[in-house]
Amino acid sequence: MPEVMEKDVKLTVKDFQSDQDIRWCPGCGDYSILAQVQRVFPEFTHKKENYVSISGIGCSSRFPYYMDIFGVHGIHGRAPAIASGVKMANPKLDVWVATGDGDGLSIGGNHMIHMLRRNLDIKVLLFNNQIYGLTKGQYSPTSVLGQVTKSTPHGVIDSPFIPVSLALGAGATLVARTMDRDPKHMQEMVRRAEKHKGTAFLEIYQNCNVFNDGAFFTFTEKETRDDHIVYLEHGKPLVFGKQKDKGIRLNGFTPESVNINTGKYSASDLLVHNENDSTLAFILANMIHNPQLPRAMGVFLCDERATYEDELENQIARVKSKKGEGDLQQLLDGDETWVIQ
Amino acid sequence: MAKTTKTLDDVTIRFAGDSGDGMQLTGTQFTNTAAVLGNDLSTLPDFPAEIRAPAGTTYGVSGFQIHFGSTDILTPGDTCDVLVAMNPAALITNIKMLRDGGTIIVNTDAFTDKNIKMAGYQANPLDDGSLSRYQVHQVQISKLTGNALADMNLSTKFIDKTKNFFALGMMYWMYNRPLDQSIKFIEQKFGAKDPQVAEANLRVLKAGFNYGDTTEIFTTRYEVRPAKLPPGRYRNIMGNTATAIGLAAAAQKAGLRLFLGSYPITPASDILHELSQLKHYGVKTFQAEDEIAAICAAIGASYAGSIGVTSTSGPGLALKSEALNLAVMLELPIVVIDVQRGGPSTGLPTKTEQADLLQAMYGRNSESPVCVLAASTPGDCFATAYEAIRVAIKYMTPVVVLTDGYLANGAEPWMIPDVSDLPSIPVEFARDPATFKPYARNEETLARPWAIPGTPGLEHRIGGLEKEHITGNISYDPDNHDFMVKMRAAKVERIANDIPLQTVEGDPEGDLLVVGWGSTYGSIKSAVNAVRARGTSVSQLHLRHINPFPRNLGEILYKFKNILVPEINNGQLIKVLRSKYLVPAVGFNVIKGLPLQSDEIEEKILSMIGGDHA
Repeated sequence: MPEVMEKDVKLTVKDFQSDQDIRWCPGCGDYSILAQVQRVFPEFTHKKENYVSISGIGCSSRFPYYMDIFGVHGIHGRAPAIASGVKMANPKLDVWVATGDGDGLSIGGNHMIHMLRRNLDIKVLLFNNQIYGLTKGQYSPTSVLGQVTKSTPHGVIDSPFIPVSLALGAGATLVARTMDRDPKHMQEMVRRAEKHKGTAFLEIYQNCNVFNDGAFFTFTEKETRDDHIVYLEHGKPLVFGKQKDKGIRLNGFTPESVNINTGKYSASDLLVHNENDSTLAFILANMIHNPQLPRAMGVFLCDERATYEDELENQIARVKSKKGEGDLQQLLDGDETWVIQ
Repeated sequence: MAKTTKTLDDVTIRFAGDSGDGMQLTGTQFTNTAAVLGNDLSTLPDFPAEIRAPAGTTYGVSGFQIHFGSTDILTPGDTCDVLVAMNPAALITNIKMLRDGGTIIVNTDAFTDKNIKMAGYQANPLDDGSLSRYQVHQVQISKLTGNALADMNLSTKFIDKTKNFFALGMMYWMYNRPLDQSIKFIEQKFGAKDPQVAEANLRVLKAGFNYGDTTEIFTTRYEVRPAKLPPGRYRNIMGNTATAIGLAAAAQKAGLRLFLGSYPITPASDILHELSQLKHYGVKTFQAEDEIAAICAAIGASYAGSIGVTSTSGPGLALKSEALNLAVMLELPIVVIDVQRGGPSTGLPTKTEQADLLQAMYGRNSESPVCVLAASTPGDCFATAYEAIRVAIKYMTPVVVLTDGYLANGAEPWMIPDVSDLPSIPVEFARDPATFKPYARNEETLARPWAIPGTPGLEHRIGGLEKEHITGNISYDPDNHDFMVKMRAAKVERIANDIPLQTVEGDPEGDLLVVGWGSTYGSIKSAVNAVRARGTSVSQLHLRHINPFPRNLGEILYKFKNILVPEINNGQLIKVLRSKYLVPAVGFNVIKGLPLQSDEIEEKILSMIGGDHA
C-alpha cells in the first residue's frame, strides 16, 4: 500500500511551537517571521513529521529550534548544502531553509546559488536585516553604501547584493520579497513558497532593532509605506500610493513612476505584472537602483522547471529499467574473474 | 633462429612514454592479462599532473610499472627489470628505476635530434655507450606500426596513436602471454563503434607479437608461472574501485541507500566515477559545488536516513573539517574517504603520500574524536570501506578512511568475497515517541539513537551548539560540556571493544617490531621477509584501526626491544604511538611521492639490529 503522504489530523499553530524558550532580542523582526510560518503551516497538507527545517549560523538560523518539526542547526553558510542532502535522500520531505543575509549570501553564497540553479524543491526564508546581528553589528553583503557599522566606522564602500536579483540570476524558479511588518503579505508569500514545486527564494525585510534599527521603515511604516512600496500581483497593473494614484510604466526597458490622475497617463498605460516573465522579473528587481521608484513586494518570478531530486530519481528508475536491479555479487565480481583451485 | 625460453619467478616491467602515448592503457592491459594468467602482481601508475604536456618533454612523461610473478608479490618493485621507453624523455626520466643489467626496449624512431635535445641529452644515448650497463633493444616501433597499417589509408597521427599496442604485443611475446585478453578489450571498446579503429589496433598488437617471434634481436622468451595464491575466485582490482564497491556493498548489507557527495579531486575522483555508474544499485551520487557542500550534503543525507559518504584528498579534507566537526556534534554516521596525495597545499596531486594522518586525527577545532581507518593494499580498500560504514552506523560517528594515490591507482589480484559471507550491518532507527530522547545513549556502544525525519512523534532539533546530555537541548552548562566532551571521546574509544585484536606477522616478541599503516604494507613485509630469512628476530605489525587502536597494541609494543615506524611522511603515526605508549620508536621517513623502497627499509632494519646481520 502506498504510504499516505497527506495528514489525516488537523494541525494548529500550537503543533508547530516547540518547547524551547525563544532567545531573540525583544522587538526583533524574527518573531514575526516565526509567527507567520507557524500560522500558515497548519493550512498545508503535509504530515507534521515530514517537515524539516535546516539553518546555518546567525540570529535567523536559530529558527529551527523554535519550530516543533525535525530540524538541523548547521554551520555557517552551509544550510543549502545540508538541505540538499536531506531532500535528495528523501524527496518526500518538505524542506525549509532559514538563513540570513550574511549566512546565505556571504559565507554561504556559493551553496545558495548552486541550490537555486539545481532547483531542488526546497523553500528558502532569507531574513535580510542588512547587518550581522549575532556577531554584534558588522556590515553584511546587503548593507547599503555608506552604512556605518562596527566594522565600517567610516561607511560601507562595497556595493550590496540585491538578493532578488542574485536569486533570479542564479536561476531560481520562485523569487519573492516580503516584510516582517506586513504579516498578511508574508503569510501569502509563505503559502506561495509552499505551493511551488522547485526552489522558492523568499527575501524577508527584517528589522534588527539592536544593530540596524529602522533599515526598512520607509517600506514598513504606516506614514511612508504606501508611497514607497508597490505590490506585485500577477495580471494586474503596478499601482501604488496612498490614493492609488501612482503606477509604474515601462519606458523602453526602463521602469518609471507616473501619476495616473493628472490626465497624461491612465491605468491602461501601466506595466501589468506577469510573474512568468523572467525578463520582467529582472527589470522589477532592478527598480531598487532608482530611489525615485517604490520597492516591489510580492512574487517577481514563478517558473516551472524539473526539480533536481525528481531528475535524480528518474535517472535511477531509467537505469534500473534498462539494467535491472543491481546484483551485489555481480558488482563484486567485476568483468573478469578466475579461479585458483 | 632458435629461441630459448627461461622461467622466472618474478619480473618488473616499466612502460614509459609521452602522456599521449597510452602508457597507462598499455600497462593496464598487461596487468589484466597477467592477472587472468594467475600471476600475483602489484602495479604503480606514475603520471604527471599535467593532462598532456608538450610531446617529448620530460615533464610530460607518463609511466606504469607492473611487478608480476609466481611468488607472493608485495610491492610494485623497487626497481624494474625491463624498461620500455617510447622516447628519449621517457628514457632519461626512468633509467634510474632500471636495475643494473636490466633490459631497455626503445622506440628508435622517437630518438630524433630534436627529441634527444629536448630530453636534455648532449648526445644520442643509444650511440654514446652510456647504456652499456644494460641490454638495449632498439626497435623502430613507429615505422613497424606504420608498415602494419600501410594499406589502411590512415592518418600519420592516428597511426602514431596505435604504436603503444606494438610495444604491448612485443612484451606479450617476450613473456609468453596470450593476446586474447587484449583482443577482447579492443573488440569491446572499438568493435561496434568504429570497426576500422578496432582493426588497426588488432593489427598493430599482432604485429608487435609477431615481430618478437621473428626478429633476431630477441633471442630469449620468458615464462612466469601462475602464483600459488590461496584457493578462491579472483579478480584484478584497483584501490579506488575496491573502495567504491566496498561502500556500495556495505550500504546494501545495511539495507540503506548510499549517498555520495563529492567534488572532483585527484586522486579520489574515480570513486565518484565508479559510484555514479551504480544507479541501478540505488546509489545516489552528487557532484557538489565544492568540498564543503559535498560533506554537508552527505551529512544531510545521513540525517534523512541514507548512509552519507564523501570522498576527497588532503586539500579537500582540510576544507571539510568544520563540517566533519558538525557530524561529530550531531553524532550522525558519515564516512569520509581521504585518498592521500603529496602535499602540503596542492603539492604533488598525482603522487602518493601518507601525510594526512594527523589531519584526520586532530585537524579540527576543539576536541573532535573520529574513528580513523587505513587500507593497506588496493584490495584491502574494500574491507576497510566496508568496516567504515559498519562502525559509523553502529557508533553514530564520522569515520575517516585513509587510502592514498598508490592504493587508489595500483592494482592487485583480489579474492572475491561471497556476498553471503559479508558481515551483517544491523540498522535500528528510533521509532517510539514515548521513550525517544535525542541524546540518550546505548549502554554498550554509547551511540545515540538515529531518528530520521518522517518518523511520527520524533520531531526534534539537533545542531552544532553543545548538547545537553540525554535531551539534546542547547546547553552552556560547564559541567555538561565537560561531560559531553568526554562522552564523545569515550564513545569512539568503545569501538576498540568491537574490532579484532592486533596481530603480529612473525614472532610475538623479539629484537625489532616494524610498525606500519596504510599502503606501506607490501614494502615493509618484503623487507621484513628478507631480514627474517637471514635469521633475525624481526616482526611486522600493520594497523588498519588507527583511532581507536586495537586494545592489545601497547602489550605487543612492550614485547620488542626496538620499534621501527616507516612512513611516507615526516613522522606521524610515530608521534601518536610515542604519546600514547611512551615507547622509544624510531622513524624511517622518505617523502618522495612514491611508495617506500623495501630495500631501503631492509637497510634501516639491519642498521638497527646491527651485529652480524648488517
